[in-house]
Amino acid sequence: MHVPDGFISAPVSVAAGVVAATGVAVSLRGARRELDERAAPLAGLVAAFIFAVQMLNFPVASGTSGHLLGGTLAAVLVGPFTAVLCMSVVLLMQGVFFADGGLTALGVNITVMGITTTLVGYGLFKVLVAALPRTRRSVSGAAFVGALVSVPAAACVFTLIYAVGGTTDVALAKVAGAMIGVHVLIGIGEALITAATVSSVLAVRPDLVHGARGLARTLELRDGALPTASAAPTAPAAPTASSTTQA
Amino acid sequence: MPIVGTRTLPKIRTRTLLIAGALLALLLAGFVSYYADKNPDGLEKVAADKGIDAKEKDHATADGPLADYSVKGVDNQRLSGGLAGVLGVGATLLVGSGVFWIVKRRGDGGVGDVDGAGSAGSAGSAGGLGGDAAASVADPS
Repeated sequence: MHVPDGFISAPVSVAAGVVAATGVAVSLRGARRELDERAAPLAGLVAAFIFAVQMLNFPVASGTSGHLLGGTLAAVLVGPFTAVLCMSVVLLMQGVFFADGGLTALGVNITVMGITTTLVGYGLFKVLVAALPRTRRSVSGAAFVGALVSVPAAACVFTLIYAVGGTTDVALAKVAGAMIGVHVLIGIGEALITAATVSSVLAVRPDLVHGARGLARTLELRDGALPTASAAPTAPAAPTASSTTQA
Repeated sequence: MPIVGTRTLPKIRTRTLLIAGALLALLLAGFVSYYADKNPDGLEKVAADKGIDAKEKDHATADGPLADYSVKGVDNQRLSGGLAGVLGVGATLLVGSGVFWIVKRRGDGGVGDVDGAGSAGSAGSAGGLGGDAAASVADPS
């Protein structure tokens, strides 16, 4: 979904640049809290992984492909502020070195593919995780839905930016319909890749998944209570804990 | 009742996970990317179909050495694209890790307002260590 130079007018590109710069500045502050000993080494890898997977276009309809955006994936793995920074690094590298995404459109691209996907995807993820049972499967499922919705959401924000500053005069209903339609399909691929990656990391190192920290804490408290507690009080907890962990 | 024996797969070390992840990223960008769908992506297709791209400008670095994910001067498509992918993954890893290292150092710094964040972070790590310990207790090996 990389917007090239010339799609969006200069003033609106500058305005999107201000939005993107603000988002990055806020994220630089917020990421300090997210980047502890565990998350910091993982964050650079998440950016590199998203760069790699963005190269893997998959077919979505006749003559059309799509690729991962990655905002939801990054946010679930390393936290939302760090995710915005991951996406900004990826988009910067792509724009500067690979001629993918216009340099004057960098602000538009960070706003659409970095900030929007992270806000919508991670926001939805958090709501779902709070509502669902505390299991690994819930975390993967919530990541799936967050990623699924984040892509058409990004298409909506692109359409809004086009509505304000498009250099061409195409009927908005046409743009919105086509953009959202194809990006719902791309969202399915985004959701599959996101859920597969999140559940893979959850399977080997659940403690490294930012979005599963509440889950880890629950298990830990129950574990911690075990040695001192008598058999009777732990018995009711056992089925819950084991079903939690098998999920 | 071994409630602590929660992990379905053996827990792997952070370093192992990072190396495996980096190798996977290199494999995907360096090799698998050759098989990616070459059709225009969603935005490119919509733009071409509806005429949004009428005033598109050439990219400022369209003639750059890595433009369009191929290394200039390397004619073999598989090699050119693969090499570009590997370079991209390496560069993103370097720049990303550099940025996060700096951000983390600032977070760890002794500046007043950072204190709260720092202690919150270490509380989180402590919790994690507790979890790790519980897991290793359960590990039969």
